[in-house]
Amino acid sequence: MSARADRGVLSSADRRRTPVRLWSGGMQTVLVLAVVVAGAGPLYWTVKSAISATPDLLAHPLSLWPEKFEWHNLSDAWSTLQIGHYLVNTAVLVGGSWLTQLLVATTAGYALSVLRPWFGRVVYGGILATLFLPGTVSMVALYLTVLNVPGLGVSLTDTPLAVWLPAGAHAFNILLAKQFFDAIPRELFEAAEVDGAGSFRVFWRIVLPLSGPLLAVISLLSVMTAWKDFLWPLIVITDPERQPLAVALPRLANSADQALLLAGMFIAIVPPLLIFVVFQRYIVRGVGFTGLKG
Amino acid sequence: MSTTQAEGVTRPGNRPIPDGERRPPSGDGTPPTARRRSGPQLSRAWRLNLAALIFLLPALLLFGYFSWWPILRSALLAFQQTNLVEPATWVGWSNFVRLFDDPVLPIAVRNTLWFTALSLLIGFPLPVLVALLMSEIRRFGGLLRVLVYLPVVVPPVVSVLLWKQFYDPDSGLANHVLGLIGLGPFLWLQDQHWAMPGLVITATWAGVGGAVLIYLAALAGVSTELYDAAEIDGASVPRRVWHIALPQIRGVLLLMLLLQIIGAFQVFTEPFVMTAGGPENATISVLMLIYRYAFLDGDYGRAGALSVLLAIVLGLVSALYLRLTRPWSRS
Repeated sequence: MSARADRGVLSSADRRRTPVRLWSGGMQTVLVLAVVVAGAGPLYWTVKSAISATPDLLAHPLSLWPEKFEWHNLSDAWSTLQIGHYLVNTAVLVGGSWLTQLLVATTAGYALSVLRPWFGRVVYGGILATLFLPGTVSMVALYLTVLNVPGLGVSLTDTPLAVWLPAGAHAFNILLAKQFFDAIPRELFEAAEVDGAGSFRVFWRIVLPLSGPLLAVISLLSVMTAWKDFLWPLIVITDPERQPLAVALPRLANSADQALLLAGMFIAIVPPLLIFVVFQRYIVRGVGFTGLKG
Repeated sequence: MSTTQAEGVTRPGNRPIPDGERRPPSGDGTPPTARRRSGPQLSRAWRLNLAALIFLLPALLLFGYFSWWPILRSALLAFQQTNLVEPATWVGWSNFVRLFDDPVLPIAVRNTLWFTALSLLIGFPLPVLVALLMSEIRRFGGLLRVLVYLPVVVPPVVSVLLWKQFYDPDSGLANHVLGLIGLGPFLWLQDQHWAMPGLVITATWAGVGGAVLIYLAALAGVSTELYDAAEIDGASVPRRVWHIALPQIRGVLLLMLLLQIIGAFQVFTEPFVMTAGGPENATISVLMLIYRYAFLDGDYGRAGALSVLLAIVLGLVSALYLRLTRPWSRS
C-alpha cells in the first residue's frame, strides 16, 4: 500500500466496526487461502511430482510430500529427455530475440525521436499501424516469407534467424523507446552537437547511457515473451534437434515417463521464475503501466 | 560537422531547435534542394537524414520483411493458390468458397465464441473481485501480488501440460479434489461438454494475475476523497464499491474486456496441446483451423482466406482498443 492511500473502500472507522471486521476478516482469509492454493499450489505440485516416483504419483496425486525423494529424476530428465539440450535451444532463441529487439527499438526510437528525418512520420505511422493487427493473422504469410525470403532466395526455417528477425519487428518496443527518448531534454543533444559530436556518438555516448530504465523494460518484456513463445517456433523450427523446450515438451509428453516429464516441466519453469523473483518489484509494479498498452 | 556548427549558430533560420521546442516534422525536414542555402548547410540536412536512415535501417528491414510485407501478402494469399513450387496464381474468391464449404468452419467459429464467452464469464469478474479484496488488505500485500502473478510467469505450454495432468480422469488432481466433496468423477478433456470449460479454467488460471495487478494499480489511483464523501453520506461498503470504485476504473475495465476478447479469439495453445481440437472437434478453434489448413494440408489459400476474416474481426476490436488507450499513451 502506498503512503497516500490511508484508506480504500474501507475507512479506519469502518475497520473498527465489528460486522465489517468479521466480514472483511473472513473474506480476506478466504482470499489469502485461495491465492496461496491457486497461485503456488500447482507449482508446488509440479516440484513435488518432479521428485516423486511415477507409480507413487499416479496412486496418490493429492499427497503433499513425496513418499521417497527421487532427486535423480531431474538429472534423468536432463539426460534421457535431453531437457538440457532443448533448454540451450530456448536460451539461444530468447537471447537472439532479446538482442534484436534492443537493437531495433533503440536505433529506431533514436532516429524517430531525436534525428527526426522528413520521412520519420511516415515510418512511425507504418510501425504503429502494425499494432492494429495481432501477429497471428499474418502468420501464414510470414511463414511463406521466412521459407523463401524475397530477394534473397534463402529459407530461414530451422535456423534461429526465423525466430530472431520477426521478433525484432515489434512495434510496441519502438513506441516505448520513442516516448522515452522524447522525454530527454533537447539541450543535451544541442550541446553535444555544438561540441562536435555526430549522430552516432550522441546515440552511443548520451542516449544509451541514459536509457537504463528503457533497456530494462524492453529486456524484461522481450525475454518473458520469447520464453513463453510456442506457436511461432512450432511452425518454423520443425527439426526436433533444434526445437526449444516449449515445442519439445508436448512431443515428449506423448511418450515420456510422467515423473520425468514433470521434472522437465519443472526445469522449464525455473529460468523465468528466477527472473521473476529477482525482478518482481519492477514486474509487479510495471504491469500496471505496460499491461495497459501491451 | 564543426564548421557547420559555427555557421549554424549565427543563422537562426537554419538552426533547427530553439530551446526545448520540437522541430515541426516537415520544417527542417524538407529536402535541402527546396532551400537556397550554402553548401555546408545543405549537407547538414542531408547528413541528418542519412544518419536517420542508417539508424532506421534495422527497423525498416525487419518491419518490411517480417511485418508489412506479410500483412500485405496475407491479403493477397486469400485470393491466390500457391504450392510453393510454381508461381502463385489468382483464383478470385474460390478460396473463400472452399472455406465456407468446410463443415468444420462453423464448428471452429462456434467453439471460439464459446471459449470467449466462457473466459469472459469466469475470467472477467474474477480479477476484479480479487483486486477489490486485495486492495483492502493491509498485511502481506506484496507477497499476495507475487503469488497472484506467479502463474503468469509459467510458460503456457508448461501450464497447459500441467493442467492436462490434473484433468486425467483416473490419476488427475481435479477428480481427486472433487471426490473429496463427493463430486465426479468427470471425464474432463475426453467429454465433449467438459473439455471446453477445462480449457477455459486453465487459460483463466494462467492469465488472471496480470489483470489483477492492472486493476490494483487502477484502484490505487481512485481518489480517497470520493470514498470519504460517500461514507459521510452513509453509503454502505457494497454501494461504495458499486457506485465509486467500479465507475472510477471503468476505462480500465473496458480495456481489459477488449484485450481479453482479442486474446480469446486467438486461442491456440490450450486446445492444441490439451485436446488437439477434440473430442470430435469440440474444442477446435479458428486459429487451429488456420494452422491445420496451412501446415497440415498445405492449403495456404484457404488458410489465407480464414486469416483475412479473422484479421477483419480482430482489427475492429484492436482499433477500438487503441482508440481507448490513446489518452494513456499521450500522457
